Amino acid sequence: MDPLYNRLASAVELAIRQAETILPPDVEEALHTAYNKETNPTARGEFENIFANLQIAREKNIPICQDTGVFVIYLTIPESVPFTARLYDAVTEGIRRATKSVPLRPNAVDPLSRKNSGDNTGAGIPAIHVIPGDTLRVTVFPKGAGSENMSQIRMMLPSEIEKIPEFVTSVVKDAGSRPCPPVIVGVGIGGTFDSAASFAKEALLEPINRMTSFEQKICDSINQLGIGVMGLGGGTTCLAVKVKEGACHTASLPVAVNIQCWCSRHGIVEVEI
Amino acid sequence: MIRLTTPLGDEVLDLHAGDRVLLSGIIYTARDEAHLIIRENGFPFDPKGAVIYHCGPVIDEEHNTVVAAGPTTSARMNRLTKHMLDAGVRGLIGKGGMSEEVRDELRGRAVYFAFTGGCAALAASCMELAGCHYPELGMAEGIWEIKLTDLPVVVGIDAHGGDLFRR
Repeated sequence: MDPLYNRLASAVELAIRQAETILPPDVEEALHTAYNKETNPTARGEFENIFANLQIAREKNIPICQDTGVFVIYLTIPESVPFTARLYDAVTEGIRRATKSVPLRPNAVDPLSRKNSGDNTGAGIPAIHVIPGDTLRVTVFPKGAGSENMSQIRMMLPSEIEKIPEFVTSVVKDAGSRPCPPVIVGVGIGGTFDSAASFAKEALLEPINRMTSFEQKICDSINQLGIGVMGLGGGTTCLAVKVKEGACHTASLPVAVNIQCWCSRHGIVEVEI
Repeated sequence: MIRLTTPLGDEVLDLHAGDRVLLSGIIYTARDEAHLIIRENGFPFDPKGAVIYHCGPVIDEEHNTVVAAGPTTSARMNRLTKHMLDAGVRGLIGKGGMSEEVRDELRGRAVYFAFTGGCAALAASCMELAGCHYPELGMAEGIWEIKLTDLPVVVGIDAHGGDLFRR
């Protein structure tokens, strides 16, 4: 493999290891803040397991969660790097390497035969989003099924803007204990059917230590649901709501809600060109 | 904190929803596929007093170790659980709780332990790999026999209808 692509594959492997073993500091801080406010004894016990788990994963360099996910990849490329299929091949190679070296659970299967590829790759997996940038940088976002399965999209009416918070809250309510709360909720508003879902996922990569008043309002209403940590009750159902918007057709209002478990993982590595 | 060791017996009847338990002894992982194959071919282990863990672990097959083994969503097994309990299984471990039907099926004989979702490294630190059944189902769906030492769980649903997930 050409040295640049080999370095990109190594960067993907490293970013996956980082994502799988160490939680971003803003997420860990949000968990501690929520723990300090929580009064329900069962919920506090669950938080204590979470903190013990994070420490063991970090010290032993092993995955935080056994659902090591399927991979969504964001790649920024500078002008000097040609945009070719080799970029995609290098990313896929990095995932194959990480599957053995971290190690990861092989999760990618054919949707109908359910045959497992064994290396976390397959048709359309990983999803790779390429964006122009100043540096060659890879962001890996492993997504587990527990929370992904609870996500929803609705093509709302332009006259229903006021109902967006209610819809988002109802998605989290329907999900109940299944997505491993406390959750982070990514909301995509606008765009088309497909891009609204992409916005919702990209919103989950934003720092969670600040929210707009709109995001805070939805977050507060979710925390009134009483689902609690792991569905065991208490006041902590949602750590943050993050919204990303895009322009849409005058007759449309797509709203996508992508749910993320407390284990909100991502890894970012710059590649030397 | 209550300490229990598998296989479990009538001591499970003394447990109440919300009790914190340190669980030790042999347990068996089983997800959707494992439940289906057991119903088809029978148990590859003695189900009397056994504890089933809803989990698809990461196993290092070269070194025979459990790398990461948190719980999966138990609700997927709602309609596959009665067969297990009827055969004598006394405990389930998972996350997210189970249906009203399972709550009723547990009555007078077994309990559901909740273990914190995502806590795969903590779980693995309490585990030794003891064997594998139906390896052809693959890493996530196969039945892994695991020796536990002091896994910190909470009684989510007890044998008397108590259920922390009910709201």
